[in-house]
Amino acid sequence: MQDIVLEMKGVTKRFGSLVANDSVDFDLRKGEVHALLGENGAGKTTLMNCLYGIYRQEEGDIFYKGQKLELNNPKDAIKVGIGMVHQHFMLVPVMTVLENIILGQTDNLKKIDFKTPRKKVQELCDTYGFQLDLDAKIADLSVGAQQKVELVKALYRGADVLILDEPTAVLTPNEVNELFVILKQFIEQGKSIILISHKLWEVKRLSNRCTVLRSGKVVQTVNTDEVEETDMAAMMVGKKVTFSYEKTPVTNTDNILEVDSICAKGLNLASTLKKVSFSIKRGEILGVAGVDGNGQFELGESLMGLTPLTEGKISFDGKDISTMPTRERIENGFAYIPEDRMTQGLVMDFSLSENYVLNKYEHEPYTTHKVVFHSKAVESHGEVLTEEYDVRPRNPKAFAKSLSGGNQQKVILARELSSDPKIIIAMHPTRGLDIGASEFVHHKLLTAKENGSGVLVISADLDEILAIADRVIVINEGKIMGEFVPGEIDLSEIGLMMGGISRNGEEVQE
Amino acid sequence: MLAFIEGMLGAAIRTGCPIMLCGLGCLFCSKAGIINFAMEGVMTMGAFFAVLGSYLTGSPWIGLLCGIVAGVISNMILGIMAITVKVNQVVVGTGLNSLCLGLSSYLISFCYPDGMPNKVNAFKTISFGPLAKIPVIGVLFEQQALTYIAFLLVPVIFYVINKTSFGMAIRACGEHPHAADSLGINVDKKRYTAVLIAGVLGGMGGAALAIGQMSMFSIGMVAGRGYLSWSAVTIGKFSPIGVMLASLLFGAATGLQVRAKTLGIPIPSQFFSMFPYLLTMIILASVIGRTSGPKAIGKPFIKGER
Repeated sequence: MQDIVLEMKGVTKRFGSLVANDSVDFDLRKGEVHALLGENGAGKTTLMNCLYGIYRQEEGDIFYKGQKLELNNPKDAIKVGIGMVHQHFMLVPVMTVLENIILGQTDNLKKIDFKTPRKKVQELCDTYGFQLDLDAKIADLSVGAQQKVELVKALYRGADVLILDEPTAVLTPNEVNELFVILKQFIEQGKSIILISHKLWEVKRLSNRCTVLRSGKVVQTVNTDEVEETDMAAMMVGKKVTFSYEKTPVTNTDNILEVDSICAKGLNLASTLKKVSFSIKRGEILGVAGVDGNGQFELGESLMGLTPLTEGKISFDGKDISTMPTRERIENGFAYIPEDRMTQGLVMDFSLSENYVLNKYEHEPYTTHKVVFHSKAVESHGEVLTEEYDVRPRNPKAFAKSLSGGNQQKVILARELSSDPKIIIAMHPTRGLDIGASEFVHHKLLTAKENGSGVLVISADLDEILAIADRVIVINEGKIMGEFVPGEIDLSEIGLMMGGISRNGEEVQE
Repeated sequence: MLAFIEGMLGAAIRTGCPIMLCGLGCLFCSKAGIINFAMEGVMTMGAFFAVLGSYLTGSPWIGLLCGIVAGVISNMILGIMAITVKVNQVVVGTGLNSLCLGLSSYLISFCYPDGMPNKVNAFKTISFGPLAKIPVIGVLFEQQALTYIAFLLVPVIFYVINKTSFGMAIRACGEHPHAADSLGINVDKKRYTAVLIAGVLGGMGGAALAIGQMSMFSIGMVAGRGYLSWSAVTIGKFSPIGVMLASLLFGAATGLQVRAKTLGIPIPSQFFSMFPYLLTMIILASVIGRTSGPKAIGKPFIKGER
């Protein structure tokens, strides 16, 4: 038996009447990656917050190398060598990398000594091959670099056990690979890692063991290489997963949306749109595949009129709408599921009911005589949608920020799809969602399609696109590399297109 | 002309000093994530008890001490409401201001049954001999003790906030309290410390007004200086030196208002009384533009919440 570094026994954590963790047993061996798998809201993060001293469990004990821990504060956890990288980074944006790393280490009125920590931090960076400018402000760093700062921060505090909360949720595929290499290095150095995730492939690829949580309870702890992904998925959601859908064939022939060689300025050159053309029929789902940051964001924004076109034309229902304001597009039947639900999709401090009417609050029955606002109508509408879209908690008065990611996405879907849109632009509609919530989103999009809406699904998740789209275009560096029907060509060919080689085999250069 | 500049400089320093002390207090709070909107009331209490202390003992230093204690106690009410009870900080601050104003008029009849003296012992001017004789800037070296202290505090506070680990922890609480918490910094304790320091400075500001600039207390004598001190933080772009410059500007504006009255310009004097506030708005809108303070300012910290 390998040495057990850490053990949690019968940990129970309640929030009021909600039991977030129900007598959970968990242990971590030296030098292993132990994954904590579960859907959104299964209690993974809560359990780890107990381990890190942010929450205090009501029942149960935590042992570190055989000794019982009394964790009242993250400081206690840090002291014994537990480090945590939160899903939402805990970095002060206006401070430098070095300042963030040493923050809280000392607390006195002496002048801060940066010299000694700088040396130590630099050594850590060199050991793991991190290229970090220690004097750069956090706000100026990419998300991937910020994560490295978080890792160094934990290592600097002498972490032997690292808790990583959904570390790949915000990373690009390249950054994910880089992170995996780094984590392997940590293991070689004898550290142990707890990986919180709901991505099966990631758990399969990285972890030695995996504990599955469902509704706050442990379902099972398994050796990862002895189980199949489908079995893990089944344990996670409590039923067998079928990630394939019946697609009804597209019968319509008239295009609802025609995009004719549009160009739009992007965040950088690679994401600038360069003469993008495609069309969507009524009752069709068109998928846009590609690696993140290749113009998908710009494409969504320009279709909604949030980014002006520099060239080209967009026709909707036969009319030129290239310069139509966003609001008018919405009135004419556009629905938009934005990339970032927290900053673009919802007003976090509004109730669900209020969020449901953001795109129609000034119309009857929510507003009468153009000025009189009827909160009763908004509330009853909220009750209907909360029920219909299975939003939990079943409370339309709850604030959007209090919901889990999957339920937040349901709120956006409810708002956008309930107004019978003619065209739906869905950006990464299931990013960060668990399997159950993803299926829900897919079914809603498929239903909208069957009801005659044209749907554009932009996603970095190829499996998702292949599962629901009728036709797929591939985008790379702001250009369309090719078009195919799912099942018509094999994955390697799609991969080549995503990597910048066009359908007819030639490499496209700028 | 020289005499005019000298006069203005003197006025700027004299009247700017109480605002500056309070402004530095507000600054400390803002760095920790608290909007100290109660400065008007804190200053009122500081002024009242400074006069009372000086009246009872004859020593302005003991008066100052009384003012500081009163400032700390009144600011702690804001602290408890904002940090522990987690209510809206601006609302508490505004309420506290009204409370302190009313309390001061009640306390007058309570503490001075035989009527309030119209003069108590105040801080004396400390002159640096020959330095005070230099034309124009000589006025800088002919001030009362609290003014010197106020100016000395500017670099001290700059050092504490920007160069020490204590200051860094305070700033982290104002920018990203959850990050601070995740590193074991006790956010509530840090915020209370900031409120305490602001109470000390606010009490000193009140004393500087009542037994520094003047030598008596009257109801409503603070007359918006507490609010101005918060403006000084915003205009000063959340830096101690900025607070100093903004306070001096307000002082000069007040000086100009007094000058204008005596010059006999046929504009109602009330118009000139608006001057410092008008100046705030104009400067904010034109020169300074958008200033962004600490990210988490005004937001109660709730552990574990996103």
